[in-house]
Amino acid sequence: MSYQDPFTIQSIINRAKTVAIVGLSPNELRASYFVGYYLRRHGFQVIPVNPREESILGVRSYPSLSEVPDAIDVVDVFRAPDAVPAIAEEAVAAGAGALWLQYGVISPEGAQIAVDGGLDVVMDRCLKVEHARYLGRMHWLGFNTGEITSSRSHG
Amino acid sequence: MSERDWGFETRQVHSGQRPDPYTGARAMPIFQTASYVFEDAEAAAAYFNLQEYGNTYARIMNPTSAAFEERLASLEDGVGAVAFASGLAAQAGALFTMLMPGDHVVAQSALYGGTITQLKHLQRKLGFGVTFVDGDSIEAWSDAVRPETKVLYGETIGNPGGNVLDIEAVADVAHDHGAPLVIDNTFATPYLCRPGEHGADIVVHSATKFIGGHGTSIGGIVVDCGSFDFANGRFPVLTDPSPAYHGLQFIETYGVYGYLMKLRAETIRDLGACISPFNSFLFLQGLETLSLRMEKHVANAQAVAEWLEGQDGVARVRYAGLPSSPFHALAQRYLPRGAGSIFAVDLEGGRDHARRFVESLRIWSHLANVGDAKSLVIHPASTTHRQLSDDELTGAGIEPGTVRLSVGIESVDDLIWDLEQAL
Repeated sequence: MSYQDPFTIQSIINRAKTVAIVGLSPNELRASYFVGYYLRRHGFQVIPVNPREESILGVRSYPSLSEVPDAIDVVDVFRAPDAVPAIAEEAVAAGAGALWLQYGVISPEGAQIAVDGGLDVVMDRCLKVEHARYLGRMHWLGFNTGEITSSRSHG
Repeated sequence: MSERDWGFETRQVHSGQRPDPYTGARAMPIFQTASYVFEDAEAAAAYFNLQEYGNTYARIMNPTSAAFEERLASLEDGVGAVAFASGLAAQAGALFTMLMPGDHVVAQSALYGGTITQLKHLQRKLGFGVTFVDGDSIEAWSDAVRPETKVLYGETIGNPGGNVLDIEAVADVAHDHGAPLVIDNTFATPYLCRPGEHGADIVVHSATKFIGGHGTSIGGIVVDCGSFDFANGRFPVLTDPSPAYHGLQFIETYGVYGYLMKLRAETIRDLGACISPFNSFLFLQGLETLSLRMEKHVANAQAVAEWLEGQDGVARVRYAGLPSSPFHALAQRYLPRGAGSIFAVDLEGGRDHARRFVESLRIWSHLANVGDAKSLVIHPASTTHRQLSDDELTGAGIEPGTVRLSVGIESVDDLIWDLEQAL
């Protein structure tokens, strides 16, 4: 399974309100910060999960997923692949709706844990890019969104 | 990506262009603006930091051009595209983004003359090496590869020899060495061949030719097929923090889109060879009929080539659609719908006869372009390739009596009538 199904991706993005970013960096130049910053601009509640930081993007950072008090819709992972199975178990325990593994975070084992726990899974895709593809402005920069429509409502 | 795998003809009409949400305009508006108003200071910062996809300045992006870029990316099955002011600007931009001084390029010698000239001058000025090889010999490609080789460069259909490249074999050489294969697909268009399906990683076009289709506009485009792993350790120029963009790591941050983001945010920003939105509009309109025109172009070309092959005074017809062509088998494999509509004819009687022939034609236009709806003719030795030495001419497969035809979409009987009276 490739865990890159367009319908799954769109349904995760459409219903998500809260995104916990595991491995969110406070460094403005890192990809994780780009994603967190972007998602906040687009109205998501971003919950940093990084044991080395007190706060990132101006909000409290939690040392682990299990310590996040809020309900989590998407667990978005910027960690080495071997850290994913433990994160997937925590995501299942937290009752998250989806496990999203960013570019290069490839862990079939972790994905299977999440699937078995009832979560939707996306792997080796960027949450920011996919949001921009379906709801955002990715087509403003000449990327192939794959989207075709004759409806006026699309931005 | 979406709910359906849309067909080529649907995509050539629709991809990249949605009805304008503000006005409802169904045709693509020409956004003739130099700049764009920011919603607020935070949005402006997010756009310039590339944290959000937004319009800043029309040298770097334009909505009309973005529609053209997305449409061609879709037709080539790529992840995206960046348009340029010309085909030569596009290929220079494609290479500039991935090369550093000391790097090395292997290119086939039977390339468009303008490309050979560009590579020869750029290598001297920018400090990279180029080795030109016999593109028909896979061994020659392989032998020319060095430890510092960072890209292999070829054309789907060579000009004007009609060479068809064995893209898959050359792609294997490139990938064995951890280098991308860049293919100029101008003469085939994505309707006749999609190099990415055969292993090419980056595809460049002169949009001036069949994409525009009517000889009205100069433009070029770079498509990334998304297949090459620039994080393989050989391209620090793409993976290391970029000093040209306050330390941004393009591949880490944008993944498969990293090369195109750098091409846009740095290369076209710095080289400045942006396409005019009006030209993008004309290219979008051209693409809407690409398949229809190409079918007529290749049918006419096949008929003209077959007729020419039997004529007195014609030494050789170099069209890969003819069984006599050494590239016929490759054409059947890579260009099953037709071997394009641009090919060379070697006339007996050499330079003077070729010149008289060109001057005697009535509806074939004598000019330096190809891929127009109108039939075109040129004598390369005295025009497009005149800056090449005799050895370079031979390397590009040109003789003094070589005449290049670009077969248009007129009534084929009229085209043949005209050739007959001029021969």
